[in-house]
Amino acid sequence: MGGSFGTPHGGRPARVVGAALAAGLLLSGCSGEEDVPVLTWYINPDDGGQATLAQQCTEEAEGAYRIETSLLPADAPSQREQLARRLAAGDDSLDIMSLDPPFIPELAEPGFLAPVPDETAEATTEDTLEGALAGAMWNEELVAVPFWANTQLLWYRESVTEEAGLDMDEPVTWDQVIEAAMEQDKLLGVQGTRAESMTVWLNALVESQDTSILVDPEARAVDLETNFDTAEGEKAADIIGTIGTEGLAGPGVASMDENQSMLLFQGDNGSFMVNWPFVWAATKAAVDEGVLEQDLLDDIGWSQYPRVDEDTASAPPLGGINLGVGADSENQDLAFDAIECIVQPENQTEYFITNGNPPSSESAYDDEALEEDYPMADAIREALANAAPRPQTPFYNEISTAIQQEFTPISGVREDSTPAETDSFIVEVLRGERLL
Amino acid sequence: MNGSSRPRGGTGKKSNRAKSEARLGWLIAGPAFFIMLSVTAYPIAQAVYDSLFSFRLTAPDDRSFVFLQNYLTIFSDVEVFWQALGVTLFVTVVTVAVELVLGFGLALVMHKALKRIRGALRTAILVPYGIITVVSAFAWYYMFDINSGFVNNWFSWVPGIDSDLDWFANFPTAITIIMASEIWKTTPFIALLLLAGLAQVPDELVEAAKVDGASWRQQMTRVILPNMKAAIMVAVLFRALDAFRIFDNVFIMTNGSANTEVLSLLAYRTSIGRLEIGLGSAVSVILFICVLLICFIAIKFFKVDLASGTDAKGGK
Repeated sequence: MGGSFGTPHGGRPARVVGAALAAGLLLSGCSGEEDVPVLTWYINPDDGGQATLAQQCTEEAEGAYRIETSLLPADAPSQREQLARRLAAGDDSLDIMSLDPPFIPELAEPGFLAPVPDETAEATTEDTLEGALAGAMWNEELVAVPFWANTQLLWYRESVTEEAGLDMDEPVTWDQVIEAAMEQDKLLGVQGTRAESMTVWLNALVESQDTSILVDPEARAVDLETNFDTAEGEKAADIIGTIGTEGLAGPGVASMDENQSMLLFQGDNGSFMVNWPFVWAATKAAVDEGVLEQDLLDDIGWSQYPRVDEDTASAPPLGGINLGVGADSENQDLAFDAIECIVQPENQTEYFITNGNPPSSESAYDDEALEEDYPMADAIREALANAAPRPQTPFYNEISTAIQQEFTPISGVREDSTPAETDSFIVEVLRGERLL
Repeated sequence: MNGSSRPRGGTGKKSNRAKSEARLGWLIAGPAFFIMLSVTAYPIAQAVYDSLFSFRLTAPDDRSFVFLQNYLTIFSDVEVFWQALGVTLFVTVVTVAVELVLGFGLALVMHKALKRIRGALRTAILVPYGIITVVSAFAWYYMFDINSGFVNNWFSWVPGIDSDLDWFANFPTAITIIMASEIWKTTPFIALLLLAGLAQVPDELVEAAKVDGASWRQQMTRVILPNMKAAIMVAVLFRALDAFRIFDNVFIMTNGSANTEVLSLLAYRTSIGRLEIGLGSAVSVILFICVLLICFIAIKFFKVDLASGTDAKGGK
């Protein structure tokens, strides 16, 4: 603009015209945007997919609302802390929140989440996979809208399974996995760090035996009972303890999170790994960059999460993100409109391809574009149908922290003592008789 | 303030000048005193009040008055509270003792260093202290981490260190690294305080001792150290208070696993992690009382004179 008006001797008139024009532009720009309600979407960190969706839905809304994203901390517990603090303080900027399923009951129970209108529930959960839907419920009501779902698969090195003579088209058990790794002197990729991943693993082992960690998840704190001191709890402790005491997960298991176990699996001693699907995209990217060999990628296979009992189907962990609306938000109706836009199946597919997070909607898997980037998409869909959520209770954080303390380091887990100790520890903590 | 302005004889009436100086002192320092009181006393009072309730942030309707129940729960918990207190005291005693020795050595070096390099030397020694604690905690964590660290590779020739050593998996190694990072970071602080103490020792006294034929050891124990007592005690007190509140290193490196939990981490996890405001406040109040106790013990029994070496005492 300056160039066309700012002739050397243009003097005042040119400047006045310029200023007026600029002011006019500014005014029109502002007045246009000021009328539009702004929805704040608190997002968990990703590869930019949520910001893109926010922009797409803002455009689709054609002036009805504008979505702005606000980034939450990196790990799930810190996200929970920040959201819980803001919600408890009545922060009205929490229009849309990306919520981790296990923390939803804690926020829903005190009424921090706005109820999901029937029409939104109908429009968004028509074909939601069963496991993902269970993670968005509390007290038999839908309290958040499933956006994407996550689950773990059993990843394996074909060279190892061939050597062990395992037929990976058939379901395998933890005992078989342990035996194969032990015989070939290989390492297992599990998550042994003192973090929520420990609860994820233990919960999957117990759920795979058709049992739940909690006797009644909806019980009050003082009445809550856990189910570890049972045959199922002992079997789960036996699996974790064996891997720990035999050193099957490597020397660094005490600090091994999902990423570390992936690095171990990619190494020369890798054999099996239970992990989320992001490892596929990450490994592929490393091969494209020349960090890892193509041979490695060719050697990697996947199947359903290992069984505990030969005859009982496994219940893999369930993760993902649901979208909730803050009870104090001033734009609740618009927020639910925006959520309906965000979670459309085609958006979920797009989000899967660009960010590696699997859809919670079944039809989102029908897109053929998926096959190329995620050849295991069908396996993920199948796993999600069987997936079991972590205990749905407002006291999940307490229970999970107690589990982490009792089950780490995994080399100290004993089937005859750890489950019973965990049982009494959790009960005492919830009754306020002990610190955590 | 110099000697002449003091009331003579001790019991006599204050002179007009002394009174007006005192008034001026209050006028100048009063606002700061009031602000300090309101920003420190208010949160403490709030924490004491909250600690009498059973109150969870995510269950606002279940708030109930339990009087001292939270404290009872805490004091009867051997595995968590007493263990955390024990670890905290252990870290405090060990780090302060080691830092005192190292810091004195550094102070001597700085004191004796040639004038030309003195400035550069002080700056070099101060560098670790200038690094933000959480940053130095990350640096130490990544150095020793079994997956990304280089220590296991570089020092595999040292007995006991090999590529399979997970430093943060066991208490002895984990607490050693935590304390080492603390010592590395705060020794310069002690060294600076001791250097100030060293500078206060009158040169004449040392000269006289030399003339009398005192050995280096005798000069140290009979002349220099006794004259530095005040500076040493201030250094110990400040560092002990600091070490007792250790948080960042433990939070980053182990997050309390391998039995390395300390009191401030327990307070954080209870009130921020579990959102148990009542119980967490009680832990914080106990932490605060411990800090007060340390101050009290130091001032009462070890006679730390916080005013020595400043003009408030009326001279050197």
